Amino acid sequence: MTSQNTQPELLSGGAMLIRALADEGVEYVYGYPGGAVLHIYDAMFQQHQVKHVLVRHEQAATHMADAYARASGKAGVVLVTSGPGATNAVTGIATAYMDSIPMVVICGQVMSHLIGDDAFQETDMLGISRPIVKHNMSVRRPEDIPYLVKKAFYIAQSGRPGPVVLDIPKDMTIPSQKFPYEYPKDIKLRSYNPNAKGHPGQIKKALTTLLAAKKPVLYAGGGVILGQASEELTVLARKLNVPVTNTLMGLGAYPASDPQFIGMLGMHGSYEANQVMHNADVIFAVGARFDDRVTNATKKFCPNATIIHIDIDPASISKTINAHIPIVGLVKPVLQEMLHQLEKNKSELDKDALGQWWQQIKQWREVHGGRYDQSPSHLKPQAVIEAVHRHTKGDAYVTSDVGQHQMFAAQYYKFDKPNRWINSGGLGTMGFGLPAAMGVKLHYPDAEVVCVTGEGSIQMNIQELSTCKQYGLGVKIINLNNGYLGMVKQWQDMNYDSRYSSSYMDSLPDFVKLAEAYGHVGIRVTKAEELEPALERAFALKDKLVFLDIHVDPTEHVYPMQIPGGAMNEMFLSKTERT
Amino acid sequence: MRHILSVLLENESGALARVVGLFAQRGYNIDSLTVAATEDPTISRLTLVTRGDDQVIEQITKQLHKLIEVVKLADLSESAHIERELMMVKVKTTAEQREEVKRCADIFRGQIIDITANTYTIQVVGTSDKLEAFIQALNGTQILETVRSGVSGISRGERTLSL
Repeated sequence: MTSQNTQPELLSGGAMLIRALADEGVEYVYGYPGGAVLHIYDAMFQQHQVKHVLVRHEQAATHMADAYARASGKAGVVLVTSGPGATNAVTGIATAYMDSIPMVVICGQVMSHLIGDDAFQETDMLGISRPIVKHNMSVRRPEDIPYLVKKAFYIAQSGRPGPVVLDIPKDMTIPSQKFPYEYPKDIKLRSYNPNAKGHPGQIKKALTTLLAAKKPVLYAGGGVILGQASEELTVLARKLNVPVTNTLMGLGAYPASDPQFIGMLGMHGSYEANQVMHNADVIFAVGARFDDRVTNATKKFCPNATIIHIDIDPASISKTINAHIPIVGLVKPVLQEMLHQLEKNKSELDKDALGQWWQQIKQWREVHGGRYDQSPSHLKPQAVIEAVHRHTKGDAYVTSDVGQHQMFAAQYYKFDKPNRWINSGGLGTMGFGLPAAMGVKLHYPDAEVVCVTGEGSIQMNIQELSTCKQYGLGVKIINLNNGYLGMVKQWQDMNYDSRYSSSYMDSLPDFVKLAEAYGHVGIRVTKAEELEPALERAFALKDKLVFLDIHVDPTEHVYPMQIPGGAMNEMFLSKTERT
Repeated sequence: MRHILSVLLENESGALARVVGLFAQRGYNIDSLTVAATEDPTISRLTLVTRGDDQVIEQITKQLHKLIEVVKLADLSESAHIERELMMVKVKTTAEQREEVKRCADIFRGQIIDITANTYTIQVVGTSDKLEAFIQALNGTQILETVRSGVSGISRGERTLSL
């Protein structure tokens, strides 16, 4: 019998694929069947380790996998068929790519001998996905499947993470053709070896600069969350007594309730965060990439700052803003080394200068302070987010779509923990929020998962209410309904004399009835006094999906807002005030 | 500034498309591009001539490095190097022009590699500048066809780009 145990099992390509996913620890695969992947789906049916979640549109499958990755740190897995199945996944792949989210997307392909013949449901998915993936590969021989799956996960999850597409022609998965299965333990590529630790000399230089700083700021991005380095970041920031700002992608990397936190920075960042950046003498950028929505005009960016930049991707360093002290490495080991060096370092912080700096920051905090106008007639979207924060005790996973509601959620839901704020920051994908909430809820059924959305965005993947019913996903949808594509309208108000070219959402459905039609609970809120009881009822219905259609002030704008072409600290503070 | 980048690449299908795609997506120039397998058939060597200021070239090399199939790369123009390009030119030659064209090819150390009653096909090898000078020198002769290989380059001395 021993000889049988040492002999590798014989499996078909389809079965090898599923077994490899199981061996990789994958619990759920999100997808949609079709001709080219029928062998794979049949193999899926015959085992119980890897569970399949059937979405209603492939884009939703990618967002579910993506959000799972954002919440857990592990790659999400998508399975789609060739042709339209694969092209429907493209937006979701691009979304993950822009935010460096680990994901493995398995696409079916027509039979090898048909490739290039314009066969039914054939599309060159390797060609289409090439600019929006970290890597993509095609299966040429069924026996390579275990190795290619391992390679896909390794590439997706290491270094700067990202999506990997694996294209599998149908004849690679034929049930009757079996091959010995062995899943590789680890993998080494001669052409890919991401540098992890960071140069100790550079780290020392960075520390010396930080210790001598008079007006420092720590600017932390999504890399801190991806790199699971919030703890190190928090300890270091406190030791250095430095103000901390988070990017949109970095919210939660440093606790928002901490007195050293000065809010989000950038286009809709806080007044104080943008002022601190502009006036800083040392900017300590950690896992952030000086995105155009952060810097405003690069020529006017932070004129007096020495820039220290930690990033795992050397191409992110000095891409838009020149870094004086670059450190290439994973955020966590670099910060650990920095803390280690700090313990042995005898230099003192410049307490007087830092005292004055904090005094200045206190004054800046009083200028705007996240205020918004109250309205006697309308509910304010900001007030809704604050109420949701209260009802969830600040501990929910919050997903969002794209637009004004996204910015309100980012500004007013004070995230104290990493991995809790899940939004499409880089690509700005409308339709992300609901499937993202589903991906999180599936893996964390006991957690409160809230999707903050708008009546424009929600309709881009509303069919997923059906998937929610099938899998009992009790997410709470906060639909900030203002009857307009709010962010488009805001720009039209500010730049196009309020000519609302196609920004008005005419013929909206009755969202309450729509939710009910899908088997969920719908609640409409049109007056301020209805909000509290509605939220109470919604969050008391633990296992139910509740769709809260909340009618908010249609005239509201998001502020502060950086003035285009200006420096970081040039902002509109309300409809009537600017810096 | 003109730069010659040498790239060692996994000899896999799609790898070249990734390199070319990168230049198109990010708006970088390609003046010329040559690629072929090396003595190790699993590795291709690609020579690419591009233009840009220091910041652009730095981004290009970093972005190239990010491609999973790129094994190694070097900017040849950063140090002493040799570059060569091969050109074949087919020119129309009337009886009275033939002597002059032959002399011109000799001056550029070109070789006439094919002849017909009415044409010469001339092969010239050298730097891109030399090839352009030869075309200038053919002034007055009718060029029927020009084909250039693109630049290949290698470092001088003991410096190598290898695994």
